[in-house]
Amino acid sequence: MNGLSLFPRDLLAEMDRLQRRLMQAFEFSPSIRGSSQGYPALNVGSTPDSAEIYAFAPGLDPASIDVQVERGVLSISGERRSELPEGDEKTSVHLNERFAGRFHRVITLADDLDPDAVRARYRDGVLHVSIQRKAAARPRRISVE
Amino acid sequence: MIANTEPRLSARHGAEVDSPARVPAVDVVEDSTGITLYADLPGVPKEKLDVRVDGETLIIEGEMALEIPRDMEATHVEVSVPRYRRVFALSRDLDTENMVAEFRHGVLKLRIPKAEQARPRRIEVSGE
Repeated sequence: MNGLSLFPRDLLAEMDRLQRRLMQAFEFSPSIRGSSQGYPALNVGSTPDSAEIYAFAPGLDPASIDVQVERGVLSISGERRSELPEGDEKTSVHLNERFAGRFHRVITLADDLDPDAVRARYRDGVLHVSIQRKAAARPRRISVE
Repeated sequence: MIANTEPRLSARHGAEVDSPARVPAVDVVEDSTGITLYADLPGVPKEKLDVRVDGETLIIEGEMALEIPRDMEATHVEVSVPRYRRVFALSRDLDTENMVAEFRHGVLKLRIPKAEQARPRRIEVSGE
């Protein structure tokens, strides 16, 4: 693949490759399950009362998404089927960038989160998981006498 | 048939071009009667999706609308820009008047038929 080629490489593919290398260079300790560029992409936030996880997982049947909280880890898994035709001679695929296949991503949860107070909603292709903190762990305002 | 255009070309579509946007992943499949494009636009509600054709340019834009608690602090971010934008150059054989768009669970499906006279016609290649 490297070295001289008859045709110059596709510029976008080349940029993609460069970006991946840059990502690897800057990500000093990637997850054991792979880099952070997986499907679905994840955003995580925290509030005084909860942890909020957003999984950007378009094109799924909500009933098929498996969300589990176990041993301090939130795991999101499922499968996304390809929309591309299979071996049809009359069709040609010009671009094939969207993820297809089985996926599985995990997030380590803080100790103060309550595994029994989890709410998950799927809207516009984003899975939003909200996990409440245990009541004892929430900040309480102490009045000073 | 359908190609990524240079950013330069899209610069004439207004000021919003200057704001950063994610490039949505797409699949593009062509058959004898037209082109089907699938684009991943998670987080975009239907009313914030904008698909338009300007001359021979197809523009797909979307703005995310996530339910985020006011007092939330981000701790891990893989998606930082809340909008998508992608521009394609269309070829003249496509019939954009009869383009059909569906949008479900954050996936846009666009079907662009070929104009009647553009349906395939086999050309004989003569050789020596």
